[in-house]
Amino acid sequence: MSENIDQYLKSEYSAGWITDIESLTIPPGLNEDVIRLISAKKQEPEWMLEWRLKAYRAWLEMKEPEWAHVVYPKPDFQALSYYSSPKSMEDGPQSLDEVDPELLRTYEKLGIPVHEQEVLAGVAVDMVFDSVSVGTTFRQKLKDAGVIFCPISEAVHEYPELVKKYLGSVVPQKDNFYAALNSAVFSDGSFVYIPKGVRCPMELSTYFRINEAKTGQFERTLIIADEGSQVSYLEGCTAPMRDENQLHAAVVELVALDDADIKYSTVQNWYPGDAEGKGGIYNFVTKRGIAHTRSKISWTQVETGSAVTWKYPSCILKGDDSIGEFYSVALTSNHQQADTGTKMIHLGKNTRSTIIAKGISAKQSSNSYRGLVKMNPGAEGARNYTQCDSLLIGDKCGAHTFPYIESKNPTAVIEHEATTSKVSDDQLFLCQQRGIDAEKAVSMIVNGFCKDVFRELPMEFAVEAGKLLEVSLEGAVG
Amino acid sequence: MLNINDLHARVEDTAILHGLNLEVKPGEVHAIMGPNGAGKSTLGNVLAGRPGYEVTGGTVTYKGSDLLELEAEDRARAGVFLAFQYPVEIPGVSNMEFLKASVDAIRTARGEEAMSSMDFIKLAREKCKAVDLPQDFLKRGVNEGFSGGEKKRNELLQMMLLEPSLCILDETDSGLDIDALQVVARGVNALRSPDRGIIVVTHYQRLLDYIVPDYVHVLAKGRIVKSGGRELALELEKHGYSWIDEEVA
Repeated sequence: MSENIDQYLKSEYSAGWITDIESLTIPPGLNEDVIRLISAKKQEPEWMLEWRLKAYRAWLEMKEPEWAHVVYPKPDFQALSYYSSPKSMEDGPQSLDEVDPELLRTYEKLGIPVHEQEVLAGVAVDMVFDSVSVGTTFRQKLKDAGVIFCPISEAVHEYPELVKKYLGSVVPQKDNFYAALNSAVFSDGSFVYIPKGVRCPMELSTYFRINEAKTGQFERTLIIADEGSQVSYLEGCTAPMRDENQLHAAVVELVALDDADIKYSTVQNWYPGDAEGKGGIYNFVTKRGIAHTRSKISWTQVETGSAVTWKYPSCILKGDDSIGEFYSVALTSNHQQADTGTKMIHLGKNTRSTIIAKGISAKQSSNSYRGLVKMNPGAEGARNYTQCDSLLIGDKCGAHTFPYIESKNPTAVIEHEATTSKVSDDQLFLCQQRGIDAEKAVSMIVNGFCKDVFRELPMEFAVEAGKLLEVSLEGAVG
Repeated sequence: MLNINDLHARVEDTAILHGLNLEVKPGEVHAIMGPNGAGKSTLGNVLAGRPGYEVTGGTVTYKGSDLLELEAEDRARAGVFLAFQYPVEIPGVSNMEFLKASVDAIRTARGEEAMSSMDFIKLAREKCKAVDLPQDFLKRGVNEGFSGGEKKRNELLQMMLLEPSLCILDETDSGLDIDALQVVARGVNALRSPDRGIIVVTHYQRLLDYIVPDYVHVLAKGRIVKSGGRELALELEKHGYSWIDEEVA
């Protein structure tokens, strides 16, 4: 009998779910009713709705920032739809035969298995068995360690105290235009909590998170590492992702409590637009971590995608002896524009930060590094080391560096090194004279240039990142 | 193996080679000497297909086919090797990685299988020893922070690994002390074989004490103006290049 009820409940649930997605339509535009509707759809508690509304009201007063070194038509925020229910699988391509051959060619070069290609290209495949089995073993292992890793929408219900305490504690709702927008309408994202003294037994990857495919354009991630804990989080995927949403505005908040250690690695390869610069994702991201006493936050990113990137993963070094690191490779080609860098805000005594930023520009692209190193009056004995290198391929691209340094403590030490170089004809000829063709030569030279950053990536990611650069630079040598 | 007939070439707007003729048969070592600005380096770069070096007349036949038709990397794959006078640095790319990519590309072109990493490392270490380079050179960036002598020995190391059919050494002796010179000469001599042609481009006779050539040619004003045996080099040493200039004029 009870089995029958279970059966009944299950089918009811799934049927309800299907009806749900098919019937739901929200007209474009943003107002308080839309936010109430999003919140209601997620059956959020009242406090969450209030939090979103507060963000929305702040956003109304704000202007889209224009200081970045990027040019693009400003999105019409009233023309966007802020709740896109998951698209029915029938709307997508039914097999790989219907997928853009150019995309498939790229998958092939990256060595992605056919099954994963289907998922990435949005082909209607039954993923259930795979993800359930992988997900279950994975979750069990984390559960045994006491680690919480779930969609943030779930955390709002399951762990409201943690969410209430930390959501917006690093990136407040009013922080900036895109962060405010994200706070008002965020779709979903990851929630991670590592308990005191626990070393997370595995690298956490969005790849394994159930529902990953539908996080939408306003992703929100919150990672809390409690005292003395340790976690490494991998975000993204080397494969270019198909996505019909042009605007992406994500927020990531990291909280490293005393003696905790968070390593956050990103490979970003959203659709960059075609060779003429048409299409492509606008990626406006706010990522920030707060480091308490003796804790460490390390950002590593490999950015090759998106038409426009606006992104500054930052560290607030609040606790004494805390450490912040930023390792970045940003590659732009065709008409891509990237304005990316970091902020290291030193508040505590003897805080240390390291910035290694490598920018590569090819074709007509524009690549800017923008970084702030700030030593507050309390940052006694603090140190920063910044190394910022640009590599140009061809003579139509641009590389720009905008370093900002503010020091209010005379004992603080700040070092800044910057270089700009070109892949020279002589280097190319040396390679060719040794039988290596020009494209392989460029990829080898670029990978050599990025070595200091790739070293920081988890092993598997590093190999993929190298391959990704090679594919992204195809045709960059004339 | 190599037949250069009435070769004319220029770099940017300056004509440098004016009707150069040269024939190299397998097993032969040819030394090309001449004053500064005679076109010695241009010859090596034209043969290797360096961009910016434009052939304006004449033919170059290599192993029976038109060498000038080929892209630079295809010439290398066909066995043409140029040891650079000024090897450039490629920061961050380890010598080992570079050498492996090079050997792989050339073996693939020859229809041979790529070497396993283990076999390659073994071979590379062995060749390092032969040119008197410590093994940690394989881990360092290509020519990154190498001294002049180390760069030249690194060129020789590459030559030994790639086993080309035609070796062109462009002033490999410049900037070398006598010990390094002997190491380089020993390496080149080890590569002498009945099926390999070697062209040694040099300003000084000194190198030819160690690499004894079969033929010596004097290059002046973009042409070979005098050819002879080993003794021609000694004569040049004694009388200098002005003597040639007078004779040509």
